[in-house]
Amino acid sequence: MNLTLKIWRQKDASSKGQMVDYNVTDISEHMSFLEMMDVLNEQLIDVGEEPVVFDHDCREGICGMCSMYINGQAHGPDRAITTCQLHMRTFKDGDTITIEPFRAAAFPVIKDLVVDRSAFERIQQAGGYISVNTSGNTQDANAIPISKYAADEAMDAATCIGCGACVATCKNSSAMLFVGAKVSQYALLPQGQIEAADRVRNMVEQMDLEGFGNCTNTGACEVECPKGISLDNIARMNRELIKASV
Amino acid sequence: MSRFFKSSIGRKVAMALSAFFLMIFLLQHFAINILSVFSAELFNEVSHFMGTNWLIQFVMQPVLIFAIIYHFIMGFVLELKNKKAQGVPYYKNNGAANSTWMSRNMIYSGLVILAFLVLHFADFWVHEINVKYINIAPTDPGRYYHELTEKFVPIWRVVFYSVAFVLLGLHLAHGFTSAFQSIGSTAGRKRALQKLGKAYSIIIPLGFIIIALYHHFNHH
Repeated sequence: MNLTLKIWRQKDASSKGQMVDYNVTDISEHMSFLEMMDVLNEQLIDVGEEPVVFDHDCREGICGMCSMYINGQAHGPDRAITTCQLHMRTFKDGDTITIEPFRAAAFPVIKDLVVDRSAFERIQQAGGYISVNTSGNTQDANAIPISKYAADEAMDAATCIGCGACVATCKNSSAMLFVGAKVSQYALLPQGQIEAADRVRNMVEQMDLEGFGNCTNTGACEVECPKGISLDNIARMNRELIKASV
Repeated sequence: MSRFFKSSIGRKVAMALSAFFLMIFLLQHFAINILSVFSAELFNEVSHFMGTNWLIQFVMQPVLIFAIIYHFIMGFVLELKNKKAQGVPYYKNNGAANSTWMSRNMIYSGLVILAFLVLHFADFWVHEINVKYINIAPTDPGRYYHELTEKFVPIWRVVFYSVAFVLLGLHLAHGFTSAFQSIGSTAGRKRALQKLGKAYSIIIPLGFIIIALYHHFNHH
């Protein structure tokens, strides 16, 4: 298929960017979206132009690097996928596709489609860990009884890959689905109880410091999340913070 | 505790608590107003009680005014903060793909409700406070029904009130269940409460519209 691409090009963090039109031809419907981008870049290199810079790593939907906003949706028009799992069969011959970086004041563009998501790292460092005795007599985690419900819920929360689609799609650029998942994965388990109050307080404080917006419960984040992280995790984070504050 | 209410989540909880109070208030306001359709005497009697009872006047009324002002001011503060958090806007953004119009436009439905409240306070509340507490004049305990029906004679007011009630319905359609989520409850995500929220956001505003239309067309 032949396509017109409207892609955000930005030289560096301090430059002003703009949408630039490109044409790609003979794109196979079996290609992933990133492979289509590879074809475009080969084409640009051939004519001596600078290729479009975009993040990618695993290309199997677990690294969360491919931060593209495609046709007005995070990771494009499909559910529970990252950009590498989006296939060209989703589009039709002759389509015009817009490709932009994830937008949020807390996710500044580094170049073209690459954004700086280190704000997520700093939130994680503020409390996304547990205390474990590593002196040689560490207790086997399997020896601690955990209910099936709690184990499943914690595992669901832990599937968050920190891609930032929740922030990108939120009209408020809120990071609450990400932080809710990171708080929940520990809040549900006995190992997470030691730092529970400090964790939620510090992670929420860091989230606010990073300049993310406030959740208004539109639910867009859980729809766009490639891992199907539920809005229930935000409610749990709210409960955890209330519990830690009274 | 002050650290909590300064945090993004604390403000969200406070917004929800004020919303719960306002939703309960709205329900009782509707329950009283609907009486005017059935019995002028009963409406006057209940209105007189509400207008003279000290608990309502000096405890509940200040709480109500605080809740209204807080809900509006914090709504604007959070909207501005959220706008700032967005950074560069998208060239193309398909919000309808993943969220409802109501949830994305609470600020606009809220602004129409604010405009309505300005007129509504000027219509009823200012006059009431004036005759009761400022330029104290002897009042007739049966005046409420007459004052209410008089207001709905001009069609422009009926139309403006009705439009505002439609926007109120849209505001509630998202706000009702959203408030539960904000206080950390997943009840708003359950079918039963979603149905209740839908019913509340349709019945109450529609009921107010019916009351306004009734008095407009039945005024003698």
